[in-house]
Amino acid sequence: MISLFTYTFFNHALLTAILGSISCGLIGSYIVTRRLVFITGGITHASFGGLGIGYFLGISPLVGAAVFGGLSAFGVQYLSSKQKLRVDSAIAMAWSFGMAVGIIFIFLTPGYAPNLMSYLFGSILTVSVSDLIVMLVLAGISTFIFITFKRSIQLISFDEPFARSQGIKVDVFNYILILLIALTAVIYIRVAGIILVLSLLTVPQNLAIMITRNYNKILLFSILFGFVGTIAGLLLSYFLDIPSGAAIIFSLISEYFIGWCIIKLGSLTKVKPS
Amino acid sequence: MMILKLENISYGYKAKTVINSVNLEIHSGDFIAMIGPNGGGKSTIIKLIMGLLKPWSGKLSYGVRENGEAVNIGYLPQYHEFDKRFPISVNDVVLSGLASVKKGRRNYSRLDKSRAIELLVRMGISELSNESIGELSGGQMQRAFLGRAMISQPDLLILDEPITYVDNKFEHEMYHLLQEINNNTAILLVSHDIGQISSFVKTIACVNHSLHYHPSNKISKDILESYNCPIELITHGKIPHRVLHNHTAHD
Repeated sequence: MISLFTYTFFNHALLTAILGSISCGLIGSYIVTRRLVFITGGITHASFGGLGIGYFLGISPLVGAAVFGGLSAFGVQYLSSKQKLRVDSAIAMAWSFGMAVGIIFIFLTPGYAPNLMSYLFGSILTVSVSDLIVMLVLAGISTFIFITFKRSIQLISFDEPFARSQGIKVDVFNYILILLIALTAVIYIRVAGIILVLSLLTVPQNLAIMITRNYNKILLFSILFGFVGTIAGLLLSYFLDIPSGAAIIFSLISEYFIGWCIIKLGSLTKVKPS
Repeated sequence: MMILKLENISYGYKAKTVINSVNLEIHSGDFIAMIGPNGGGKSTIIKLIMGLLKPWSGKLSYGVRENGEAVNIGYLPQYHEFDKRFPISVNDVVLSGLASVKKGRRNYSRLDKSRAIELLVRMGISELSNESIGELSGGQMQRAFLGRAMISQPDLLILDEPITYVDNKFEHEMYHLLQEINNNTAILLVSHDIGQISSFVKTIACVNHSLHYHPSNKISKDILESYNCPIELITHGKIPHRVLHNHTAHD
């Protein structure tokens, strides 16, 4: 197994797992506690439109996806704050519109669209040095935001009207954090694919919340569980020769299930106070 | 000390005027009940005071403490749905009331923490300090939110319909707690019915698009009607009987 570390692709995958656990662990905790999972799913799928346009224009599909994801994030945030349209309907429209645009432009692109499968299902083993640099910058930004503004983020998530009354710039936070969600989701499409990336942002967090209600610990445990699950999936994918994205999600959900069983067993063996 | 002054404040939503030329002054030691029918503009006035809305016209000024600092306002918002499973401890809820005075500083000092413990004891929920907020009953939750409003040691405490979702027993305890708080903090209490309030507060402001200030806690249906402030003077259980009396010396 030590020999794995001699492969560049494996070292890249390992670094991706570390950086991804940090980024997804932090912003995912915000997504889960503020109940933004559906919005995140919408943004991720909408970014497929940008991916298709990227193919068509011959630019990096991920740049296209990031632009599209960011715009749909702002669109949904704007609509939900102005309440001109029901939020869930707005999300559904962005979700399906993005997918439709993506399909149209990939169809219009002459020839075969290379790597399309890796965007749909993820491929942590093909992460490049430039991808890693982007991931490093994103992890740095996320860490900075969460260390500096953790209390404000927690307060906004818990009680937005009160946060406003305390003079916290709630709207500014809302836009910055939804942009961070879009960027994180799009960048980690590289790891798990459009369809599966939602797991990286929600499964470790829910396991963490099952164990603790302390916000700091939720952030730390989410990072830790995300890392363990990603590495386990990576090894599973290598030794069983199965797609890495699916293997990672499979191991994340297994990790969650094991954690759930341990907690259930723990509470069963505890003597109830009479 | 003057804490707050509203002069000819008007505000509305879209083209509809909700409050019209409201004047109100709040001083140290005040305990004002703001009553009036639903939709009359009570919450709008609170939101204007808290800076959540900007008035169409008029002037809103805040007082200054003797040491030159701006006055501080504690706020207990109207009951609203929140995620009962949100991961935040009772202690952290109380400490979050320091958000407006902490500004950029992100760590709570030892003094902040001991003040939080002190408040939890005062509110009678000290044994729940490490519980998740969602584990608490309605009355306990409201005490935690009252603690959050009080931790910044405000000059004025504003409560927006604080007893709507709590039981009668807690309602009574709450008013006694507020009387004690009133010893060093002015209070502005918003309510859609007069109920038990009258015997606890010092003065009454009737809001029904306009504001009428009544410099006494003794108010009758006639007075309310003359203010164009239709309020049900009906309450459950034992009503302090002077509520229904006109201005008599009975006390």
